[in-house]
Amino acid sequence: MKTNRRHFLKVAGVTAMGLAAGAGTAAASYLPHYDHVAPNHDHLTAGRWGMVIDTRKFHHKEDFLPLVEACHKYHNVPTIPGNQEIKWLWTDSFHHSFPNKHNEFLEEKMHHQDFLLLCNHCKNPPCVRVCPTQATYKRADGIVIMDMHRCIGCRFCMAGCPYGSRSFNFQDPRPFIAEQNTDYPTRTKGVVEKCNFCAERLAEGKLPACVEASEGKLIFGDLNNPESEIRHILAENYTIRRKPDLGTEPSVFYII
Amino acid sequence: MFDGGKIIAGIIVFVGLMTFPFWYNVGQAAYKTPELQLPPKDVATQCVESAEWMRAEHMQLLDNWRDWVVRDGNRVYTSKQSGAHFEMSLQKSCMKCHTSKEQFCDKCHTAAAVAPYCWDCHIAPKEEK
Repeated sequence: MKTNRRHFLKVAGVTAMGLAAGAGTAAASYLPHYDHVAPNHDHLTAGRWGMVIDTRKFHHKEDFLPLVEACHKYHNVPTIPGNQEIKWLWTDSFHHSFPNKHNEFLEEKMHHQDFLLLCNHCKNPPCVRVCPTQATYKRADGIVIMDMHRCIGCRFCMAGCPYGSRSFNFQDPRPFIAEQNTDYPTRTKGVVEKCNFCAERLAEGKLPACVEASEGKLIFGDLNNPESEIRHILAENYTIRRKPDLGTEPSVFYII
Repeated sequence: MFDGGKIIAGIIVFVGLMTFPFWYNVGQAAYKTPELQLPPKDVATQCVESAEWMRAEHMQLLDNWRDWVVRDGNRVYTSKQSGAHFEMSLQKSCMKCHTSKEQFCDKCHTAAAVAPYCWDCHIAPKEEK
């Protein structure tokens, strides 16, 4: 049979229609419906979440314990002894927390006082810039959060974070969790983890676990709203931030 | 024909190896969908979507859920079937009805030889013995 252009085009057209019909039915078997999802109706929103830590109200090491415990219990943070420790909320000395050039004749108590440390949820987070899979990303409300499903454990973010706010899971953390909170996942071996400003609690209309446990020593709120409580407190008190000269613009402030 | 015997013998061996899975399974029972233990009627009578749809599409649904929740902050799902609202959470929604991972998830996954890694992080409810 002689094939001319007219005949070829007819056959090609029919074949293309057949292929399209097959692909169409295959694609139609699953239809996600984005219009059917919404945030919780009582979730808390902000332009940029921030935290103020009133260091004047923390006197002893024991004052930090309930806060750290509340956080670590809620998020199934394991207690691993030695150099494989995982931490979301922890304390350290003034000189380690604020290591840049100090006043020459520093107030005596500063040499002994501990400071509450956590992820600073920077406005300009280096961890987000270096993450190759975008597992770490900054949400529209300023929270620097991790999508554990995407973390490949490359630890670039740990190298990028100037505050040591991230921990790597060298081993399965489950055996080191005394009491599991079944409403929150644990992590797995080979991922990095950090504080998430209790994004899952904000979604339910609750304040972060540490803020709730602090009985007013921590203030949490919207930094973008000039009328918010946190902005009033920042306007009335002298605050410092960790390593401000790096330009990461932390959202955690310390009243001293 | 050169080396005809070797070529034919080679072809026979090749066809034998290629069809090994077929004749190895001859006489064995055909695959049957495992009987799943559904939640008792007083706990739940209806899933997020219809049971047939869930059976076929739950993996895509869960994959979408995790993105909607973690990346977009949308946590409430409205069922296309019933219009009811559900929190998109494996631990807080799915496993509150399907309280046995062994009897519900594992049965099919074992039969189909798939090993999703959900439970490396998400905590399955305690199995009642």
